[in-house]
Amino acid sequence: MYAQMVESGTSDDSAEAEAFQRRIDAGEKIEPKDWMPEGYRKTLIRQIGQHAHSEIVGQLPEGNWITRAPTLERKAILLAKVQDEAGHGLYLYCAAETLGVSRDELTEMLLDGRMKYSSIFNYPTLTWADMGAVGWLVDGAAIMNQVPLQRTSYGPYSRAMIRICKEESFHQRQGFDIMMKMANGTEAQKKMAQDALDRFWYPSLMMFGPSDKDSVHSAQSMAWKIKMNTNDELRQKFVDQTVPQAEYLGLAVPDPDLRWNETKGGYDFSEPDWSEFFEVIKGNGPCNRERLAARNKAWDEGKWVRDAMLAHARKKRAAKMVAE
Amino acid sequence: MNDTRKEWPLWEVFIRGQHGMSHRHVGSLHAPDAEMAIRNARDVYTRRKEGISIWVVEAGKITASAPSQKGPLYDPAESKVYRHPTFFDIPDDVGAM
Repeated sequence: MYAQMVESGTSDDSAEAEAFQRRIDAGEKIEPKDWMPEGYRKTLIRQIGQHAHSEIVGQLPEGNWITRAPTLERKAILLAKVQDEAGHGLYLYCAAETLGVSRDELTEMLLDGRMKYSSIFNYPTLTWADMGAVGWLVDGAAIMNQVPLQRTSYGPYSRAMIRICKEESFHQRQGFDIMMKMANGTEAQKKMAQDALDRFWYPSLMMFGPSDKDSVHSAQSMAWKIKMNTNDELRQKFVDQTVPQAEYLGLAVPDPDLRWNETKGGYDFSEPDWSEFFEVIKGNGPCNRERLAARNKAWDEGKWVRDAMLAHARKKRAAKMVAE
Repeated sequence: MNDTRKEWPLWEVFIRGQHGMSHRHVGSLHAPDAEMAIRNARDVYTRRKEGISIWVVEAGKITASAPSQKGPLYDPAESKVYRHPTFFDIPDDVGAM
């Protein structure tokens, strides 16, 4: 899940808000020019913005391996995947902009730390097997959250999610493909695959955020259909789907308490270390500073290009007006 | 456009798919001018052969109907079911029509 702990606004009990809720309950889509409660608008900006930032920052851990991919084919595939992440960020920024926030405002809020991105991207990618683990687990966890969001109440967000989901399953499959190669490779490669799973398992579980079954914020977002499932539901679904895949790979999920629970029809599993999660969210993860520094550098060093292109466009337009 | 603004304008992107359908709105993007908007649209919206033709329109130049006009604009069509061929019962003996 790329949006974590999004603070939810509150509704009011005006007649307009009640009519709005009735539209959502009837399954209607809300479009940019429609009336909406301020809380709905603000929550969506935070949530879609955080999601967009996650796609953009999420390019960094994978970009780390583009120059060192083991074959030309793997390199081309990884490039295509990272390019997709940029595209997903752009679809989402556009959806957020329909709510009255500008692209530059969103970017600035990411760069100065006012807006967050998913905690998962603050972990380093140390070996090639991490590219497998990221695709398989991180994209797998993201898909868990994104598939139901295709039915979200806000039209532009829903349409962005539909596009993203279409492209995302390639990401997870390419990750699993890397894991299969490594897990069936030499002893050293198998060890590398196991090590990647060991490091990414709990951070992937954290992606869904802490339990929110008693949260009022979460209840409001669910009533508005901008959150479709509780964090615990999605986490359970992810574990249930992923454990058999790990077994197929012959890798061990790093949880001694992992057990199939016949009565609930799902696995019992250990919670991640939530104090680590809160430290990462606060900015103290292994790579927080590096990630933000990389985004700031790209923004600062790209400034002359943005300015020059705008100046060129204006000059061309002025010349055209004179010619007419 | 306000010249003190530093942000590239917003463009709406329309793409025609492979099978001779109309251009369809797919999303939007920022670009300094129309030419760059087309180039960016190619990268953002046609990475998987989604189309064979791109239109871009500056978002500010689009006029849209107001949501509050929904009733007056579209409700009158509701009672005109005879505009659909299924309204008319043609006996089976007549054959395909």
